Amino acid sequence: MLYSDKVMDHFEHPRNVGVIENADGVGQVGNPKCGDIMKMYLKIDDGIITDVKFKTFGCGSAIATSSMATEMIMGKSVEDALKLTNAAVAEALDGLPGYKMHCSVLAEEAIKAALGDYYRRRGEPVPPECVLPCEDEDHHHGACSCGSCGD
Amino acid sequence: MIYVDNAATTRLSDVALKAMMPYFQEHYGNPSSLYAFGQQAKTDLDRARADIAATMNARPEEIFFTSGGSESDNWAIRGVARLMELKKKPGRHIITSSIEHHAIMHTLQDMEKEGYEVTWLPVDRYGRVDPAAVREAIRPDTILITIMAANNEIGTIEPVAEIGAIAREAGVLFHTDAVQAVGHIPVDVEAWKCDLMSFSAHKFHGPRGVGALYVRKSLRLPPLVAGGGQEKGRRSGTENVAGVIGMAAALTEVVKKMPEENRRQAALRDRIIEGLTKLPYTRLTGDPVNRLPGTASFVFEGAEGEALLLHLDAKGICGSSGSACSSASLDPSHVLLNIGLPHEVAHGSLRISLSDNNTEEDVDVILKEVPLAVDYLRKMSPVWDEAAQKPVWEM
Repeated sequence: MLYSDKVMDHFEHPRNVGVIENADGVGQVGNPKCGDIMKMYLKIDDGIITDVKFKTFGCGSAIATSSMATEMIMGKSVEDALKLTNAAVAEALDGLPGYKMHCSVLAEEAIKAALGDYYRRRGEPVPPECVLPCEDEDHHHGACSCGSCGD
Repeated sequence: MIYVDNAATTRLSDVALKAMMPYFQEHYGNPSSLYAFGQQAKTDLDRARADIAATMNARPEEIFFTSGGSESDNWAIRGVARLMELKKKPGRHIITSSIEHHAIMHTLQDMEKEGYEVTWLPVDRYGRVDPAAVREAIRPDTILITIMAANNEIGTIEPVAEIGAIAREAGVLFHTDAVQAVGHIPVDVEAWKCDLMSFSAHKFHGPRGVGALYVRKSLRLPPLVAGGGQEKGRRSGTENVAGVIGMAAALTEVVKKMPEENRRQAALRDRIIEGLTKLPYTRLTGDPVNRLPGTASFVFEGAEGEALLLHLDAKGICGSSGSACSSASLDPSHVLLNIGLPHEVAHGSLRISLSDNNTEEDVDVILKEVPLAVDYLRKMSPVWDEAAQKPVWEM
């Protein structure tokens, strides 16, 4: 099998798919050219993530990493969620094939983009880890850092 | 299980398996051995050669057995280049299409690094090479034209007979990678005017690991594999007798059944095409008319190909995709990009390739499950507008 049982479980039964109306933070990363786009919605009360939903266009591991990442930050404080790493997401899925690791990077970046949006909406300084290379204007003009496209 | 990935490989036919069995433990002699036990294997090998040649209007002595399509493609190209060097003909220009199989594409890319010049002809949106463009690309230093007979990803059948006529008239050698054509559509090396033609047994219910290169009699193609001088010194290595016997048995059977099977599979294929192209933002890829009878290929905007394959696999359907994510390459297939599909659309490809084992019931399941999977994935996508039933790529 290409994927671990855990990846297949999260792919076939993804957790937290959907949209949060009136979300406190929304982040989207990836681009259609690369074939992976993740959008994360966060509901945050008193600095605690009380709900999280995602929508993803992408391959099996993109969907599975999105799903796992949402589970890993649910109920966590914003500060703890900021510490989420792509390696932790991949590890929680019992590993990913090497060329699919970029999917876990996207999952981490999607969470951080949504957290950055949360800080921005509150008028607070955006933590440095939330400033993503994929937010660059250049992203759509070829200088992509998502690792999944040749740009 | 519904196996509809026959362009990848096929089930060995009962006829082929039965024909092969005696060659593993009973007639295991080496065809190069002098004693009768070996010579019987030689006789059987040559009968298989004659049977294969007869299906494509070739002479038995023009069929050289190889390990399969990739070796045949490599040998044809490298062999012609070497031949020209030996003849002290200075040409280093080769013409090909932009949608060839990797066995051709990567060989030619390697040769570009070695100083050869390659013209990569564009194709139209259906994946057809324009014969007039081939004619225009020919130069005094052109040594070879290599254009596939039928495309593996989109099923488009190329105008090989027209291209062959142009090559012959210009005095340029013509090779065709017919791996997807032999055993699937009528093949005639005289009508196609090809000098070299590659094919592979496992694409038509023969065994893996065996194929052949047709080499026109007048052409002294130097070997790629040197050694004991088998295949009249052109391809060394102890012959894969069982494999060759299986290839001949499989090919003879599929060619006999071809008129009926072509009609039957084309009807199944057309049902799939009609059913799936009803989905919004879905297109047939490849030529709607000049296409392999068993191949239906699509792109579904907003649904990623690998995810689609995994969902279909869970329903017991084995298909294939040219999506970046279904391979280690991370780029969508060069075929889909070169027929003009944008990257984001090429990510959502699905190929269904039929064989004589597929039924109307298989098509019923495909027409039920593919739309469900596409719909499910689109609903999960942040770039699919559910109300409008369309993708929103611009963000």
